[in-house]
Amino acid sequence: MRARIRPALTIMSVSALLVLGACTSEVPTDTDLGTETTGADAAGESEFFVQADYEAQMALREAVPEGPEDRPWEQMIDPEMIDTSEYQKDGPHNLCFSNAGLFNSWRAVGWRTMQAEVDLHPEIAEFTALDGQGQDDKQISDIGSLAAQDCDALIVSPNTTATLTPAVEAACGEVPVIVFDRGVETDCPVTFISPIGGYAYGAAGAEFLRDEVEPGGSVLALRIAPGVDVLEHRWAAAERVFEDSDLDIVGVQFTEDDPATAKNIVSDFIQSNGGLDGVWMDAGATSVAVTEAFEDAGMEIPPIVGEDQQDFLQAWQDKDLTAIAPGYPTFQWRTPVIAALRILNGEEVPREWRLPQPVVTEDNLDSYLQEGMPPQHYALCGCEDLPGFPEEWGG
Amino acid sequence: MTQTAVPETRRTRLRLPATLSASTPVFVLLGVLLLVLAFVDIGFYEPDRLLAFIRRAAPLIILAAGQYFVMVSGGFDLSVGSVVTVGVVVAAELFNIAPDMPWPVAVLILLVAGMGVGLINGLISTLLAVPSFITTLGMMLILQGAVFFWTQGAPRGYLSDDYRTLGRGMVPGLPWLPWAVIVLAVVAAAAVVFMRSDTGRTLVATGDNDAAAALSGVRVHRLRVLAFVLSGLAAALAAVLVGGFTGISAQAGDGMEFEAITAVVLGGVALGGGRGSVVAAMAGALSLQTLFTLLTMLGVSGALESTVQGVIVIAAVALGAVSWSRRQRVPNSTKERR
Repeated sequence: MRARIRPALTIMSVSALLVLGACTSEVPTDTDLGTETTGADAAGESEFFVQADYEAQMALREAVPEGPEDRPWEQMIDPEMIDTSEYQKDGPHNLCFSNAGLFNSWRAVGWRTMQAEVDLHPEIAEFTALDGQGQDDKQISDIGSLAAQDCDALIVSPNTTATLTPAVEAACGEVPVIVFDRGVETDCPVTFISPIGGYAYGAAGAEFLRDEVEPGGSVLALRIAPGVDVLEHRWAAAERVFEDSDLDIVGVQFTEDDPATAKNIVSDFIQSNGGLDGVWMDAGATSVAVTEAFEDAGMEIPPIVGEDQQDFLQAWQDKDLTAIAPGYPTFQWRTPVIAALRILNGEEVPREWRLPQPVVTEDNLDSYLQEGMPPQHYALCGCEDLPGFPEEWGG
Repeated sequence: MTQTAVPETRRTRLRLPATLSASTPVFVLLGVLLLVLAFVDIGFYEPDRLLAFIRRAAPLIILAAGQYFVMVSGGFDLSVGSVVTVGVVVAAELFNIAPDMPWPVAVLILLVAGMGVGLINGLISTLLAVPSFITTLGMMLILQGAVFFWTQGAPRGYLSDDYRTLGRGMVPGLPWLPWAVIVLAVVAAAAVVFMRSDTGRTLVATGDNDAAAALSGVRVHRLRVLAFVLSGLAAALAAVLVGGFTGISAQAGDGMEFEAITAVVLGGVALGGGRGSVVAAMAGALSLQTLFTLLTMLGVSGALESTVQGVIVIAAVALGAVSWSRRQRVPNSTKERR
């Protein structure tokens, strides 16, 4: 017994020391902490990076969208219109919606907005929505049961891309399908609705830092988690901008979207670097905690990338930040309902319905910031004209 | 000649591990981590940085102390993470409803509610004889669901600056001393005093052998319920500090129950109870927080962080287990000699 324990113990202690040792040997000799992570990520990101998509999105940022300027959820960029007369049907209609889930406040705001859009249309007799709770298997069964029901059109916001593809393909045979937010690997849906995309989002923040931070300045990159395509695209685009800049990326860290984790990481980097000159983020849920890390360290808040979340916009105004908030607009939740009704009326819709992707800057901050909204409200909801605003959105 | 030489060598080789008590590995681990940190970044030991670090570690250390009471008495409390989340969200909602509420009132409401959750956990585990693992797992799911249902994923309201002082602010007149450090010191002192009291000792005895404890007149159920109430209280206090430190978040306490249990296990507290000190449990929490900081500074992120954490936890607990098995062997061999 004793003889058996000792080797096990030795192996465990040695492996612990090895792990620690491996880490220690990676310690850079200068203040350039964490650059290895950047290298590792650059290698890992290649499977998500598609040069053509990247270039297309960069070009779409400059394009002028068609449609009403004050209703960006009805606008379309560079649309290729298709005929939908085969789906024409007399109302009233039964619309169905398979949601990936309500696992963050972005989706919560979007879901409220979608419901309010449905309420605008008396021709929608019934709106049946099933929540996939963030699980592929649940959503596959949801799509199956909705397609078998008496739905006139099926809206899908897929939880993941590849796994949901067969379910969407199967549904396409039963009912006209509209996919939005995240994509699937099939072109069977009548239309696919999304903003420009992750590359455009990531580049907007990185270009801002490139222009605002002094050359040679140290920038920390905070990401939510690896392996999510839209987030990988954000970072891939940012990395390209940073590579061509004089900025020093001192670290790339994952926060799991937890403000406490983000604040701790930033505090550690501030202290071990003697400060930071900029913070890039792939999403803004933790941005206020990041600004507080600088305040708590008694330092000025450097140029920072956030998102169109109310608490960040409020902090931006109150603390007079140098900031930018690229948006992934929640107003896109209105578009699938509008698209479904157009399809059932036999009107043309774009094959890929590309929505504009506004960026909140110092110049337009005032127009997006609204008093009295809850901290996790998203300003680009396009919901101000909807009945029940602001109460239904927590205001 | 040779026969006597062999046992002597063995004894010399065994002396070091045999002196290891169950909680020694955590202090060794903490020492090693702090030493490595010194090599990575000597500035870490500047007083204001060190105090800022302790401020940030305070919620987890307090949670670990609460978790210790439950674990040493033979149970688990998986609900503490969701109590932290609920605490943060409820505090924000309280200020949303009554913006002028004095902050101590909000803190008091949370602490009472935390004890209430603990009381329910305790009563279900003891009176209905549901294993605490299941009771608190259920409570965790109930609270998570309730927060989600209530907030729909987007909590309302802001935490007032006054309320956030405990978790974020400094003591007036002593701009280098965070309030959270004082709160932590008070909790630690209270926990040590409690564990030295008769009730504290009986709590350990209950975890060691509840039948024997009951026969010697201990009210086992009452004691176990008390442990859960203390754990709920600690979780609510941690919620006050976490909310103060980072502000509102619907996932403030995500995973904290596992960090607290890891900390207590690192501290050498036996699963099933009956052994281990509260100070070692708190040192376990400090070690975990030090490890997180070290990994960030080394640029380790994402999946590897969990891996390193897992290896160190297993290694530390294995060290504790080995020394324990030796300590048990002594009375066994004595028995054989008789």
